[in-house]
Amino acid sequence: MSAVAAASRVIGYTQAINEALVQEMERDPNVFVMGEDIGRFGGMFRATEGLLERFGEKRVIDTPISESGFIGMALGAAMAGKRPVVELMFVDFSLVAMDQILNQVAKAQYMTGGKAHVPLVIRTQGGGYKGTAAQHSQMLEALFVHVPGLKVVAPATPADAKGLLAAAIRDPNPVFVLEHKQLYAAKGDVPEGEHVQFLGQARVVRSGRDISIISYSYTLIQALEAAATLEEEGVDAEVIDLRTLNPLDLRTVEGSVSKTHRVLIAHEAHARCGIGADLAAQIQERMFDDLDGPILRVCGADVPVPFAQSLEDASLPSAAKIAARARELLSGTPPLREG
Amino acid sequence: MAAATKPAADTEFLLGLYRQMVRMSALEVALTKLSRDGQLRGSLHLATGQEAVPAGACAALRKDDYLTVTYRGHGYVLAKGVDLEEVVAEILGRATGLNTGKGGKMHLTDPSHGLLGANGIVAGGIGTAVGAAMASWMDGADRVAMTVFGDGTLNQGHAHECLNMAGLFRLPVIFLCENNLYAEMTHLDKSAKVTDLCKRMETYGIPAVRVDGNDPLAVFRVVETAVAGARNGDGPTFVEAMTYRTCGHYQNDPGTSYRTLDEIKEWEAKAPIPRLQASLYQQGAAADELEKIHREENAAVDKAVKAAIAAPEPPVSVLLEDMFV
Repeated sequence: MSAVAAASRVIGYTQAINEALVQEMERDPNVFVMGEDIGRFGGMFRATEGLLERFGEKRVIDTPISESGFIGMALGAAMAGKRPVVELMFVDFSLVAMDQILNQVAKAQYMTGGKAHVPLVIRTQGGGYKGTAAQHSQMLEALFVHVPGLKVVAPATPADAKGLLAAAIRDPNPVFVLEHKQLYAAKGDVPEGEHVQFLGQARVVRSGRDISIISYSYTLIQALEAAATLEEEGVDAEVIDLRTLNPLDLRTVEGSVSKTHRVLIAHEAHARCGIGADLAAQIQERMFDDLDGPILRVCGADVPVPFAQSLEDASLPSAAKIAARARELLSGTPPLREG
Repeated sequence: MAAATKPAADTEFLLGLYRQMVRMSALEVALTKLSRDGQLRGSLHLATGQEAVPAGACAALRKDDYLTVTYRGHGYVLAKGVDLEEVVAEILGRATGLNTGKGGKMHLTDPSHGLLGANGIVAGGIGTAVGAAMASWMDGADRVAMTVFGDGTLNQGHAHECLNMAGLFRLPVIFLCENNLYAEMTHLDKSAKVTDLCKRMETYGIPAVRVDGNDPLAVFRVVETAVAGARNGDGPTFVEAMTYRTCGHYQNDPGTSYRTLDEIKEWEAKAPIPRLQASLYQQGAAADELEKIHREENAAVDKAVKAAIAAPEPPVSVLLEDMFV
């Protein structure tokens, strides 16, 4: 795989996803897409627009509202030599298909001693900030990292949305791609033509020496805003986009921590047993002596995402919350996390 | 749809079915002994009395046709042609096992024989089979898929999502339901209001046919017709094979607390192996010939067990392998 980019231009996150799908479907006739309202309607978030006209109804399959069924079918198709890309309209709906995702797809390769091959992609989106309440706003990535067997990516930029999805489709393993509904309107530089990135590589988005703010998905955008605010206060924050949550690029994280000695992890998902909890454990196991303070987190509150704007705002991370937590860490006496 | 009446099959074909049934039975006897001797880890789910269904159904499939089964599916695994020694080694958790000892009896998988997996979740493998059938449909190929499950599975949601889509897309898949009247320990009457399983298929526009599951030839003929239809683009068929598990649900269940001894005896009298034996004698098969089959299959199982016991367990060094390609 190469990331040699031709000219780039500014396009949207959704269009970037669409480009990756077209690119991979043209390249490999075994790639097909499947999901709810993805064909005739073009996808709830428009990511599959135009695919039906281009590739026909045997490669762009509209399914009934049967997440467990069509993810199971994608597994069978993958074992039969296809490369399915399933769209799960909301990550919240994965919860009705968990047997298929975590008992079947995630375990198939290992429990068959490598006899099953499962080149399967589940594309979905999560996240709040839009008033979609408790069953349409979650970030559930930790579940899919916790149970071994899936690669998990969470692109924060249009370029990554294209390059990581293309890499996921080419990967011989099952990959869970978590997009974010707040990012669908985002625009950014995206390479034209073939664009494939590596899975498992974090990116230092902003270099700094005072503190490492580690994030991914939409929270990364907030972390960058927080870093800009902190800069005005004379704080030089480094911001890391994990991009892939499994496998985790600890080398990039370690490189950053060994430079800044202070770590703040920011993500939208709940704090308990989240990616931040796991990452904090891994950092302190490896680099306890490098740390000049406790590893702090800014996470979603441990409640179902509430509907009312005041409560949703209070429950989710923001640039201001990330900046405030960074100041606490840098002041040397961070108060314990509330709740 | 009803099973067409056909002329009697030739004796050689019936002997082939008989051999499959005897092999499965010999394996069950050996596994029971290993389990009692403490040499077999985990659960042991047998299918004593149901030997005719796998023998008949798999005889209607090609090697490259797809198959998924449940944790009670060892008979199908053997009848599909998967290597006996590898199967036994897997069941005993050996490095030489079909799946290097990582899966065990509930997860026997061999894509080289179309076997896309046994499953620990009763409806868990149905989507896999329907998806494999979809892959064949996409390619315009004539490979079909068969998924095997029990009556209890029809009360799990995943089964219905997949039945609906198989009917909707007219996919080349055979849903083979072994109706042995009990979902684990609970009778069908206590599990569903509509206990006519074929009738439930009307909802999905899937033709359904009921067959005597203790008659391997009848099973073969029904499945053969369903397979021919699927290859021909006629879509899925549901086959309900009426049978009975004369053993318990698993090794520690004698199977007598929720069933009457009379009921068990009644079905034991209809057990498929003696029944086929009787009709083979009627057709003029020699006792020597049948005894030879028993001898050979017992010897093959015995050899497989000895080889597995002598084989090493997987080395700890492979613990983290096979996660990702």
